[in-house]
Amino acid sequence: MSIQPIDEHPLYGLMAEFESPGELVEAARLTREAGFRKFDAFSPYPIHELDDAMDLHDNRVSLYTLIGGLIGCVGGFGLASWVQAVALPLNIGGRPLISAPMYIPITFECTVLVGGLTAAISMIMMNGLPSPYHPVFNVERFANASRNKFFLCIESADPHFDRDATASFLESLNPEEVAEVAR
Amino acid sequence: MPQPVELPSRFQVGPVIDEGHSLASISDKVGGIVLKRKTTLGWILGFLISFTLLQGLMAGATWLFIKGVGIWGINIPVGWGFAIVNFVWWIGIGHAGTLISAILLLLNQSWRNAINRFAEAMTIFAVMCAGMFPVLHTGRPWLAYWLLPYPNTMDLWPQFRSPLVWDVFAVSTYLTISAVFWYVGLIPDFATLRDSAKHRWKAVIFGMLAMGWRSSARHWQRYEKAALLLAGLSTPLVVSVHTVVSFDFAVSMLPGWHTTIFPPYFVAGAIYSGFAMVLSLMIPVRRFYGLEDIITMRHLNNMAKLTLTTGLIVGYGYIFEAFFGYYSADIYEKFMIVNRMTGPYAPFYWTLIFCNVLTPQFLWFKRIRTNPLILWIISLVVNVGMWLERFVIVITSLHRDFLPSSWGIYWPTIWDWAVYFGTIGLFLTCIFLFIRALPMITIFELRMLLPGARLVKEPVVQ
Repeated sequence: MSIQPIDEHPLYGLMAEFESPGELVEAARLTREAGFRKFDAFSPYPIHELDDAMDLHDNRVSLYTLIGGLIGCVGGFGLASWVQAVALPLNIGGRPLISAPMYIPITFECTVLVGGLTAAISMIMMNGLPSPYHPVFNVERFANASRNKFFLCIESADPHFDRDATASFLESLNPEEVAEVAR
Repeated sequence: MPQPVELPSRFQVGPVIDEGHSLASISDKVGGIVLKRKTTLGWILGFLISFTLLQGLMAGATWLFIKGVGIWGINIPVGWGFAIVNFVWWIGIGHAGTLISAILLLLNQSWRNAINRFAEAMTIFAVMCAGMFPVLHTGRPWLAYWLLPYPNTMDLWPQFRSPLVWDVFAVSTYLTISAVFWYVGLIPDFATLRDSAKHRWKAVIFGMLAMGWRSSARHWQRYEKAALLLAGLSTPLVVSVHTVVSFDFAVSMLPGWHTTIFPPYFVAGAIYSGFAMVLSLMIPVRRFYGLEDIITMRHLNNMAKLTLTTGLIVGYGYIFEAFFGYYSADIYEKFMIVNRMTGPYAPFYWTLIFCNVLTPQFLWFKRIRTNPLILWIISLVVNVGMWLERFVIVITSLHRDFLPSSWGIYWPTIWDWAVYFGTIGLFLTCIFLFIRALPMITIFELRMLLPGARLVKEPVVQ
């Protein structure tokens, strides 16, 4: 058992529940326009309109995958060349030791292997997974976020957060329900 | 200004999911198969039959480890026997899964959402079966790690100019990336199962597998990017795998193997046999689990069309193999094709032509494409045909090469059959466990197909 930390914000945030994806996107847009930055939307499937509404444009997964792929590419070709030219050179009828076309399949497979693993691992790590505990799960109805409901949560860590004002702001978005999220 | 033209009814396609489903009903139906459905007698029976078959692999492999590859029918000149036939066959079956999960994703074919999880699982299990054969065929499987490049006291390294080493890299990359892609796709569905599980232990297991996924928009954005990148990487990967497998043959100097048509012909054959296997498995599963409203006639129709298309490419390959034999003006090439059609293995060749070229012609008719029973029978015939094709390619080229004094004949022994049927048992056992323990349909992608799920009407490619 770990010792419960003493926290000045016992409240993680406030969460509003919506019935449809359209309402969630509109709510996310208004929340952002109201100046909130530390908030998140939750939906049972990816909604592309949320990326614009919440200004989510994180392209690092692509960048890391490119870097991973290039490392695999250079590594694969380098491995084959080093083995055949340095570690175990075999002179077969005077043919070149670094016969590039014959190393392409290995180069290609290593590119895909390292690039693909980088894509998956960087996505999981940047999403902060695995994270077995998260405060949003304290809201009982949040179990429906992976089923059929849509949620928006404003964190108390946001500088604009004020328990009463934010609650009435969320109420104005016409949600099904607004709930407090315990930490 | 062109006027929109109303298509005649025979060109119109039905919805991907039948009407009447909602976000909740989709989640409950697919998740319920795992969480709520009792283990039926049919499942237990099917599992037991598969598991019994699997014992053939156990017995065959054990005896092989004790006695060596001499228990198989292989000899000189036919050193490649069943092990390579089955390897090529299984690897090919896997290809349809990646085609559905990666290539059809890039082509925005939304109907794939209902079948991709199942097809990907099939890919992984088929590649597992395939990978076992070259390792067993080495004769000393406990030294299989010699295939990998690592510094060793013998000061030896793999020959990177050899297609057999390319195979090691291609197949292991294929298995790894397929498994990663599959797991990434499962994460949101694990979260769904975690949240709707009634029993604590189920929630804990699915919770650990879901890694704390909480459906956050910030996560989804990166998730979709990673999925797209994995699809983009898998697309050339799947083409490369069977290309490299065909190089095992094409890079050698044997008549009938040394041809440039092999890579595309092998890839088409792989996808052909893969779609046949998807149909063979999907049609009964859809029936027994009552998934006709999710895996609709449209899916069967589309898969049948893809089977027909790839079948025609394979048929084109057969015609050109024969033509090259004639046109090469090379007596060995000519003899090979004549021997294939009239020699000791002629019955295999003509059965394969019947299974792979004639049978799929029935798929030109929509009434047959939308009749599950007939489609299922055709898919089984195609599976047999593709296995025969691998047999004919491997055996007929090897058994009579350049010198009549080195000719021989090959017949499989009981141990060949035991290991072969054993891997079928392994494959089916894995499939049975999969449909019992994991959601066999991608729930979150299915939600995106529901009316009202998309805010902007995106153009749907039919």
